[in-house]
Amino acid sequence: MSALVEEPEVAEQSDVLAVRGLTVSVRDKVLVEDVDLTVGPGERVGLIGESGSGKSLTALSVLGLLPEDVHAKGSVRLAGIDHDLIGADERQLARIRGRDLAMVFQEPMTALNPTMRVGDQIAEAMLIHRTVPNRRAARTAATALLDRVQLPGVARAYPHQLSGGQRQRVVVAIALANDPALLICDEPTTALDVTVQAMVLDLILQGVAARESALLFITHDLAVVATICQRVLVMYGGRVVESGPVHEVFTNPRHRYTEGLLAASDLDSAAHRLPTIPGNVPAAGNFPTGCVFRTRCAHATDICTTTPPWTGSASSGFACHHPAPDLVALETRRSSREVADD
Amino acid sequence: MNDEGGSVSRGAESALGVPASDPAGRLDGPAVRRTAGRRLNPSLVVGGIIVLVIVLTALVSFVWTPYDATLVDPAVRLAKPSWSHWFGTDKFGRDLLSQIMVGSRTTLFVGLVAVGVAAVIGVPLGILAAMTRRWSSELIMRANDLLLAFPALLLAIMFGAVFGASTLTAMVAIGIATVPSFARVIRSGALQVMRTEYVLAARAAGRRPFPIALRHVLPNVTSLITVQASVSFAIAVLAEAALSFLGYGTPPPTPSWGRMLQESQEFLFSAPRLAVFPGVAIAIAVLGFNLLGDGLRDRFDPKLEDRR
Repeated sequence: MSALVEEPEVAEQSDVLAVRGLTVSVRDKVLVEDVDLTVGPGERVGLIGESGSGKSLTALSVLGLLPEDVHAKGSVRLAGIDHDLIGADERQLARIRGRDLAMVFQEPMTALNPTMRVGDQIAEAMLIHRTVPNRRAARTAATALLDRVQLPGVARAYPHQLSGGQRQRVVVAIALANDPALLICDEPTTALDVTVQAMVLDLILQGVAARESALLFITHDLAVVATICQRVLVMYGGRVVESGPVHEVFTNPRHRYTEGLLAASDLDSAAHRLPTIPGNVPAAGNFPTGCVFRTRCAHATDICTTTPPWTGSASSGFACHHPAPDLVALETRRSSREVADD
Repeated sequence: MNDEGGSVSRGAESALGVPASDPAGRLDGPAVRRTAGRRLNPSLVVGGIIVLVIVLTALVSFVWTPYDATLVDPAVRLAKPSWSHWFGTDKFGRDLLSQIMVGSRTTLFVGLVAVGVAAVIGVPLGILAAMTRRWSSELIMRANDLLLAFPALLLAIMFGAVFGASTLTAMVAIGIATVPSFARVIRSGALQVMRTEYVLAARAAGRRPFPIALRHVLPNVTSLITVQASVSFAIAVLAEAALSFLGYGTPPPTPSWGRMLQESQEFLFSAPRLAVFPGVAIAIAVLGFNLLGDGLRDRFDPKLEDRR
């Protein structure tokens, strides 16, 4: 048990992605506040939370793709890049995007240019960064990539001739074309049929494993996170409220929001009404002061008007004044007491 | 004119026996370019046929006209329509049909130059306005408004006064005057494209802005360009006629529908056919290009699909 708690922390320099104190704001509204996030080499990290919790904004700020009037502060470092991604100019960012850092978007129906053949779109991804010597080699590589995502012979098809699942596989092929060090997936399977979801997830997993790429997986689907991620960060109201190894967070949630989220997705307990978290996520930028969750939390007290401190280590911990009981600690204590009683 | 177009189109639809729309075609996603399963729309067919006839007439006039369009024959001055001169002759005895046939060349030339100038300047401006930061986009669009406020014909007359009256100067001026409408329409289309995920994906793949404009935005606004071009074409044809009528357009002896109208003035009561034939030719040409524009818009704009 103690092995989980004292899991060795990944040394800072070896992280593929290190986000420190990321704050995203539009005019005077703060949308994402003080987010820390690291992804180690080959590590698969999940980022979960409801719509409007700032997951996608976090991903977009890593890529430097925020809309014009939305600004990011803080630091985003990528292994092998000698400058901070925040504040870097378009030219520097364009060199990194698609080569070291690739992204798969949510909506496969619109993620491909309707006027270009899919093979050309994959080839283009490589030609932009000259990772292949010429157009002919790019075409060959594109065909090979399509074979890899189990879409042989569609290189000359236009996107409208493909289904949603097929298009998303093309998008995955484009993202993996340059063997990126980090692949960011923003709800890549949300718009797909359940049967197709598994296949796309499988391709993403195989793809990152074959390239030893790290994966940052954004979703609100807890089951997906449980199957593919090693570590998870829970976001609410633009902040990371809890993080840790997937198994630990899912079996022993400490933040009250994580607890509610897990209870609401607990499909095993068919006997009683499915528990929900009361209220809605507040509109972006209108989160309460102090603990962002306090307006919906059953355990909130006066102290929750102050920002809760981070408890635990950088890679595993939570920010809550009234955390859920530590089941692991209780269990340990009880078993030791039983031992003592004997 | 719209009503007339409507009844014409309905008639054409039943006459052509166009099948009802294929419901299966609507199941495709909205961003998809459909090539089949859509009914041929009547204004597209009628407009297309009219434009085709004008183009064919212009082409035929290069190799054959009943008479030399500029041949002066005093013996048959102001002849009434007959088997030898189908549309009759003008005050110099020139054959009206031949003049109208050759005049269609001027009309098409005029349209091509004006639309070409407007598109070559307007399309990049519109895309630029959609892709650049807010202040430069504002700058482009306000300059655009300024130009839009300036009457096209006045600009053309000024150009004529400065550079000498000719079809070309008049049409360059009309072209410049229609730049704003092009820029405006293309900007709105490009803004829509810029919001799509494939542009975001292209940026996420490391594409620089210029290639994005060329490979992603431009191909996806071509339908808008086509529509705007056919509408501007009609405006240009009308403008050329007006300018020629005022004496700032095509100089004699090159036949032009507008100048034929001008020359018919003194015979408006004695020989009204001199005004009627070129007038009807202008009306049909403008109607044809407008219908074609409407038809193309209906064909390409998914938002209008259900209203038909």
